[in-house]
Amino acid sequence: MALTGLQIYKLLPQTNCKECGHPTCLAFAMKLAAKQAELAGCPYVTPEAKAQLESASAPPIRLVTVSNNGTKIEEGNETVMFRHEKTFYHRAALMIRLKDDDPALQEKISKADSYIVDYVGIKLGVDGFAIEATADATKFVEAIKVTRSATKKPLILIAADSAAMAEGAKEAGDKPLLYAADESNWQKMAELAKSLKTPLAVKAASLEKLAELTESIKKLGVEDLVLDPMMNGHLDSLSALTQIRRLAIKKNFRALGYPVITFPNDEVLAAQHVAKYSSFVVLDDFDPAMMYALLALRQNIYTDPQKPIQVLPGLYEINSPKPDSPVFVTTNFSITYFAVNNEVEGSGLQGWLLVADAEGMSVLTAWAAGKFDADRIAKAVKTTGIESKVNHKKIIIPGQVAVLSGELEESLPGWQIMVGPKEAVDLPAYVKTMWKN
Amino acid sequence: MPTVEIPKEKWNGKVREVKIGATKEEGGSRTKTITIGGEATLPFLHFENTIPHAPALAIEIKDRKPADWSPLLYEAWGDAMNDPAAWAKAAEASGADLIVLTLSVATKPDEAKATVRKVLNATGLPLAVFGPGQAEKDNELIVPVAEEAKGEKLLIGVCEDKNYRTIVAAAMANDHLVTSKTPMDVNLAKQLVILIHDMGMPLERIVMDPTTGALGYGIEYGYSVMERLRLAALQGDSMTQQPMIVTPGEEAWKAKESKVGEGVPESWGEWKKRAIYWETLTATPLIHAGADVVVLRHPESLKKVKGMINALMSKGN
Ligand code: SF4
Repeated sequence: MALTGLQIYKLLPQTNCKECGHPTCLAFAMKLAAKQAELAGCPYVTPEAKAQLESASAPPIRLVTVSNNGTKIEEGNETVMFRHEKTFYHRAALMIRLKDDDPALQEKISKADSYIVDYVGIKLGVDGFAIEATADATKFVEAIKVTRSATKKPLILIAADSAAMAEGAKEAGDKPLLYAADESNWQKMAELAKSLKTPLAVKAASLEKLAELTESIKKLGVEDLVLDPMMNGHLDSLSALTQIRRLAIKKNFRALGYPVITFPNDEVLAAQHVAKYSSFVVLDDFDPAMMYALLALRQNIYTDPQKPIQVLPGLYEINSPKPDSPVFVTTNFSITYFAVNNEVEGSGLQGWLLVADAEGMSVLTAWAAGKFDADRIAKAVKTTGIESKVNHKKIIIPGQVAVLSGELEESLPGWQIMVGPKEAVDLPAYVKTMWKN
Repeated sequence: MPTVEIPKEKWNGKVREVKIGATKEEGGSRTKTITIGGEATLPFLHFENTIPHAPALAIEIKDRKPADWSPLLYEAWGDAMNDPAAWAKAAEASGADLIVLTLSVATKPDEAKATVRKVLNATGLPLAVFGPGQAEKDNELIVPVAEEAKGEKLLIGVCEDKNYRTIVAAAMANDHLVTSKTPMDVNLAKQLVILIHDMGMPLERIVMDPTTGALGYGIEYGYSVMERLRLAALQGDSMTQQPMIVTPGEEAWKAKESKVGEGVPESWGEWKKRAIYWETLTATPLIHAGADVVVLRHPESLKKVKGMINALMSKGN
């Protein structure tokens, strides 16, 4: 929680000596609040005030990095409860947990590691792996070696015994997440995390105990922490994760100002955790169908509401179109694109979808803003080479921009401009009656 | 131990309670009615305030066998799809709390009346009846349906800003409720409730449909509009305090991910699993955003989602 100028002023010497280059302490405080000055500018600020100001300017949820071979996951630094208030910044990591005695370990990791799915032109995959110790350190170390031969992705090491953890961590790349410190082993785990400079997960079954542990561990010098409130049902995890997020963001409660890890046992709970406040969502099974659905959800929830998903302008094919198939024109706002594409594709019709660069706006908004006009549509027709792919010269424009047809006929001599329906849902019926070639 | 004070918000408002369906004593013929709304906090935050009713789960059936649904839905419902009465029974058996019957463009008013009568006879669950979503056709079909089922407290629609008067009038004259459907926008949602209420419709008989996109196809817009509407309701903005109905079933089954099994990338995984995930993962976030009635299409998705809702409402444990 950032301090206001007045709150900062109270912590300054209030002598107005001007050495900071500002006429008064208050003026300097205002500049600090606006982040236009550095605290170092005042030579007289007390160490206590300095500590207070620094902690107040730290993000409410600490940014924690887990990395391996140059790939990394960053979690935390969230600032809001609801995505519409600003945005959620660091996409929840979707990871797969495997036990060190799994005979098919290597195969399973390779398969999940190589998984890539394309979502609106973005390549997505599994974010990393969690390896769990089942017996002694030897087996654990062996499994970690096998894992690292099969993936370069970040790792979570799961072991209750700090000795096994120490052995395993030596083999686990630069910054694995150590899981987990609890009431019984936290000193040793904290020492280990400190010496390896790697993040540490902390688990306890009540928020009080969790806060107590993180405070104790912080005193030992480990600050990159991840919380496990050990609530794995729908209701308990929703309550605990909401409370942790609220305490961190609204109350600036430092002891719980860390990202959270959860281990949902099915896709519905995993989806809840993606939407409601888990940063490391660790799954027990890798299933492409589930992974795709969860990755899509994660992308949607973490999309910046101010920057809607756009599709690349260009020519898209629907159901392998032929030269005599109709050409539909629309904008590159993803929802508009999907609406048109789905209606035509779902109806089984073939068609060419010409997506004009309307700066990611919907048809009406773009038209009103002058981003979807005759020039832009003409440009799309000319630059995509559609002319060479079809044996006709007709394009269907959205009904909402019927007014553009005259101008378009001028910009595209020889082309016939057909005015389609206003709603995408009416496109199949329109094509069936109006498209004769 | 540090004391951790559980952070609770002090809300000034709550969602209105709305009851769908009427029993014999109440002038209808339902054996069960369903009450939604009444939440005095955000979804499932029992630690903060009361949540009197669980979100209700509906199965959508059609008056005639749809021509373009996914093969997986034909597989799930089988021959029942040829007969709305049998389909309604099957939906009830699958665990639905209410039935949503959507009428087709090709249907005639008399057929619509007969179908609604058949469905009312086949199931004791509360019923919602929606037109095909084209203004003229909706009016043509829903008015006679409202008269036919007078007193049943059906939830009827589709009321949109361009077309709500006829349906609202029919609902008022025949003791029904209406849905107020707006395209993913907080202000439009609020405005249409005001317009419908201005006609004399009590607020206890209006359910908002804020509209959603499917998972991967704009769900984040519907999700955030619902979260904003629910926050506004709790903050005391009266005209946003209607319970919300959403249709993740319809949206998810439009998506290629659910609809088809061939000609899709291998990374999409097994078709049937993916299709159910698509529907449940469209429904799940919307329920967490405040949905009070969730309309689904596949019985397996209903089972999954019901499991989650039961868990979220079991505050005793
Ligand atoms: S240098 Fe420090 S004490 Fe002097 S005016 Fe600036 S803020 Fe105040």
